[in-house]
Amino acid sequence: MPAPVSPGPWPARLDLLQSATGLFLALFMWLHMLFVASILFGTDAMWRVARFFEGYYLFGRSLPWLVSLFVAVVFVLFAVHAGLALRKFPSHWRQHAAYWRHMRGMRHGDTTSWLAQVVTGFGVFFLAPVHLYLMLTHPELIGPYESADRVWSGRMWPLYLLLLLLVEIHAGVGLYRLAVKWLAVGDKARMRLMRLKWGFTVFFIALGLLTLAAYVRLGIEHAPHAGEPYLPTWQRTLS
Amino acid sequence: MTRILDFDILRHNPRDAASVPRLQRYRLAETSGMTLFIALTRIREELDPGVHFDFVCRAAVCGSCAMLINGRPGLACRTLTATLPAHIRLLPLPGFALIADLSVDTGRWMRVMSERLHAWLHVATAVDLDALETRMDPDRAEAVYELDRCIECGCCVAACGTAQMRPDFVGAVGMIKLARFRLDPRDARDDGDFFDLLGDDDGVFGCMSLLGCQDVCPKSLSLQTQIAHLRWAMARRGLAKAGADHGDGI
Repeated sequence: MPAPVSPGPWPARLDLLQSATGLFLALFMWLHMLFVASILFGTDAMWRVARFFEGYYLFGRSLPWLVSLFVAVVFVLFAVHAGLALRKFPSHWRQHAAYWRHMRGMRHGDTTSWLAQVVTGFGVFFLAPVHLYLMLTHPELIGPYESADRVWSGRMWPLYLLLLLLVEIHAGVGLYRLAVKWLAVGDKARMRLMRLKWGFTVFFIALGLLTLAAYVRLGIEHAPHAGEPYLPTWQRTLS
Repeated sequence: MTRILDFDILRHNPRDAASVPRLQRYRLAETSGMTLFIALTRIREELDPGVHFDFVCRAAVCGSCAMLINGRPGLACRTLTATLPAHIRLLPLPGFALIADLSVDTGRWMRVMSERLHAWLHVATAVDLDALETRMDPDRAEAVYELDRCIECGCCVAACGTAQMRPDFVGAVGMIKLARFRLDPRDARDDGDFFDLLGDDDGVFGCMSLLGCQDVCPKSLSLQTQIAHLRWAMARRGLAKAGADHGDGI
C-alpha cells in the first residue's frame, strides 16, 4: 500500500477562505439591505445613514472616500469568493449531465438548492460589479435623491431588481449551507435552519422590493431635477 | 383494494455485446407488507428468471440490495411498496461497476476506497494475542460501534451530487470510516495522519454539504455531524500545517 502523500495546507485554507468570505459577504448583504431600507423611514433618515458611513458624525464632515475604501474591500472579497466558488462549478459536460440527472432523480431540497446557488452566484458574478464600480468611483452619490436618480433616471432599477433576487437567494442558501457544513446539526435543528433560511429570504426580498419601489417613486418625482443633491429638511429651513 | 404495480426495471448485461440498455416493464399485484425485495423475487420466480439483482440478508444488514428506487438510492429489502406510487422505476446504483440489470459491484469500489484511505486499524505495537485486551471506555466503545454500523451499501455515494460529478470523491462512507478509526483509542494515528488521507478536495474539503447521504442512509448514521467534525479537525490541522512536520506539499 503506498504511503499517503500530504495534500499540504492549501485545500484546507481555500475551503476556509471560501466559507469565511461567503459568511462576511452574506452578513454584509443583509446589513446593507437594512441600511438601504432606511428610505422607508423617510428621506432624512436615509440621508443620516448615508452620512454616518461617510464619517460625518465622527469627523464633523463627510469623507466619501471612506465608502470607497470599504467598497474596495468588499470588491476584493467578492472576487476572492467568486474565484474560490468557481472551483466547485461543474466544468465538463459529463459533470453537468451527471448533476442534472442526479438532481432530477433525487428530488432533494439541498441538492436542488445547490444548483440554485450556482446559477444565482453566476448571475451575481456579472451584475454585482456594475454596482460595485459605481459605488467605488462615486461614493458621494449615495443619498435619497442621488440614489433615487440612479435607480430611475440612471435606469439602474432593472439591474437592482434582478440583483436583489439573485443575492438574497444566494446568501440565504449559502448561510444555511455554511451552518450544515461546519456545525453538527441534528435532523430537527436542520429543519429549523431550513425554515429560518426561507424566513430570512422572504423577509429580505420583501423588504428589498418595498425599498426599491420607494426609490423608484422618489426617482420619478425627482426626475425633472435629476442630479440635484438632497438637502435634509432642517438645512432647508435654515437656508 | 389491491393495487396493481408496474415495475420498470433497467435490463442490461455489459458482458453481452448484443445487450442494449432498456427498461422492461413487469406487472404485479401488491400484497400486504410487500417489500421491493419480495416483489423482485416474485418477478424472478413468476415472470422472468433472467432478472439480476443482489440480496443476502433481507434485513438491511448486508447492504447488497441498494438500488435507485424512483431516482433515490435505497435498500430494496427495507422499502415497502406501500410507500411508493403504483409506477416504480428501478435502476442500478450509479457510480459503481454494473454487473447486470440491478446488480452492481460495490465491493470493488469499497476496496479501492479503503486502500486509498488506509481504512483499517493502525496499531503502534504488535498485538499480543495472549495478553488481555486493553480496556476501552464504554462510551467510546459505543461511539466506535455506532460508526461501525455502516454496511457499505453505497447509497451515500449514489445520493451524493459531488460524487456523481467527481468520481474520485471519497463520499460519506470514506469519511465515516476514517471518523471511526479516529475515535478508536487503539489506532495510533493522529490528525496529521488523517489529514494526509482526507485533507484535500477529493476528501473532506470536496464535500459540498448537499446532504443527500444524510437523508438516504438506510442505517440513519449521523453523517452530517461526522463530516462537520472531521472538517473542523482537518481545517485546524491544515491551518497549523504550514511548514509543520508533514511538509508543505507544494
